[in-house]
Amino acid sequence: MSDILLYALLAGYGVAILAAPLGCFVVWRKMAYFGDTLSHSALLGVSLGLMLDVNINLAVICSSLIVALILVSFQEKQRIASDTLLGILAHSSLSIGLVAVSFADNIRVDMMSYLFGDLLATGPSDLYWIYGGGGVVLATLAWLWKPLLSMSVHAELAQVEGIPVKRLRLVLTLLMALVIAVAMKIVGVLLITSLMIIPAATAQRLAKTPEQMVLFSALLGLLGVSGGLIASWYLDTPAGPSVVVSSFLLFLMTQLIKKR
Amino acid sequence: MNQPLIELSDIWMKFQNREVLTGVNLQVNPGEIVTLIGPNGAGKTTLVRIALGLQAPSSGQRTVKKGLRIGYMPQKLHINDSMPLTVNRFLRLTGCRLTAVNNALDRTGVTHVLQSPLQSLSGGELQRVLLARALLHKPHILVLDEPVQGVDITGQKALYQLITDLRNESRDQENCAVLMVSHDLHLVMASTDKVVCINQHVCCSGHPQQVKQHPAYLRLFGGESDELAIYTHHHDHHHGIDGHVLDPQKDCSKGSQ
Repeated sequence: MSDILLYALLAGYGVAILAAPLGCFVVWRKMAYFGDTLSHSALLGVSLGLMLDVNINLAVICSSLIVALILVSFQEKQRIASDTLLGILAHSSLSIGLVAVSFADNIRVDMMSYLFGDLLATGPSDLYWIYGGGGVVLATLAWLWKPLLSMSVHAELAQVEGIPVKRLRLVLTLLMALVIAVAMKIVGVLLITSLMIIPAATAQRLAKTPEQMVLFSALLGLLGVSGGLIASWYLDTPAGPSVVVSSFLLFLMTQLIKKR
Repeated sequence: MNQPLIELSDIWMKFQNREVLTGVNLQVNPGEIVTLIGPNGAGKTTLVRIALGLQAPSSGQRTVKKGLRIGYMPQKLHINDSMPLTVNRFLRLTGCRLTAVNNALDRTGVTHVLQSPLQSLSGGELQRVLLARALLHKPHILVLDEPVQGVDITGQKALYQLITDLRNESRDQENCAVLMVSHDLHLVMASTDKVVCINQHVCCSGHPQQVKQHPAYLRLFGGESDELAIYTHHHDHHHGIDGHVLDPQKDCSKGSQ
């Protein structure tokens, strides 16, 4: 097996395992569109990072957080419907990112690779980010698991019971920004949310407990990545979209299973 | 000792130029059952949310007794059907042990749903599970927002009776206080100490019998609910929460047929 494929597999597996628990929270808390907005805004981070010449992963985390904070402050005022606001922010930040990068004419980057990912171009340094960042994300989730679950079942009930809901929400957003930053190179900003929610939605049908759902969605994510990479390697299809397509096929298959 | 558990004074609430609450005062003392009634849009739920600390009022003071434990039963748990969760797991999220969970379910009469998925419960069962969850926190005060929504008339009566019983069961020296929202005075009459009738402001308050005669209450509700015929009949048997007929003794735990 060549190094390229090995790196790609390791990176893909890392992202699949990371995306599983967060994907479950996205599904539970009905934040699919929120995730989309965060990941779209990652492109703004990429262009800022390129222009200011700072580490792109860090720039993405920062810009995602800023967008999240703007979102939360707008939502509290409740002037605009939440989904409208998300739509506005998602596409505006994506477009601002693309426009900004076009002004900086000393930069020649292939924006396509950020939009759709470039799994087969993964190198060792990406693996450090994925597994290092991944460790932080998983450890935080394990530490805050119970309150996070309570909050997802019913936020107000949790708040009355003394769980710091606002802070937890921020933590969850931060973790999502982190995952988006490390997963961006793998599947691209346009497809990251699908990598989170498709395996989780598939697992939802099979699982009986929240933990089972996370475990199943990690396994389904691994399967999806394997399938996508194999297709990409032998059929020469684009890697990121192939991973999403194979996850989607798994999702379709489980929909055929009769629910007990 | 006689410090109120929750005291709200001069609460004003404004939502985008619409005054919802205009200078409301509310006090809940230990062991007292206080019922908020009022027409739709009167600001009952908003007031409860302010009392719970879920929402900050535009102006006014909220004072809560130090170390107050609140058991909250939301209007309706918008159950997240995307999370696979059994009743047991849902109640264990509070950090309580299985025995405590079983006790709480026993007190609300739904031990049989322990292993059922939360999504499969009927309206009445769900309300009782929520009540059990509120009890698990050993609260000083139970806050119930329309606790009988989506429950049939017989079930509603049973639930209110249960709430009164819970209050009267003195576990500690002190009884648990109750603050609840209802839109039907008649149903809660028997099980309440103080009625606060609100319509953006406090119209009248006091003992249920007094409030029923109060001109402000009659103006608000037109008194027509007196003529509203409620079908009542004498029951020579009791139903369990899952519908089966129970043994003549008032036994709420198990009477499987």
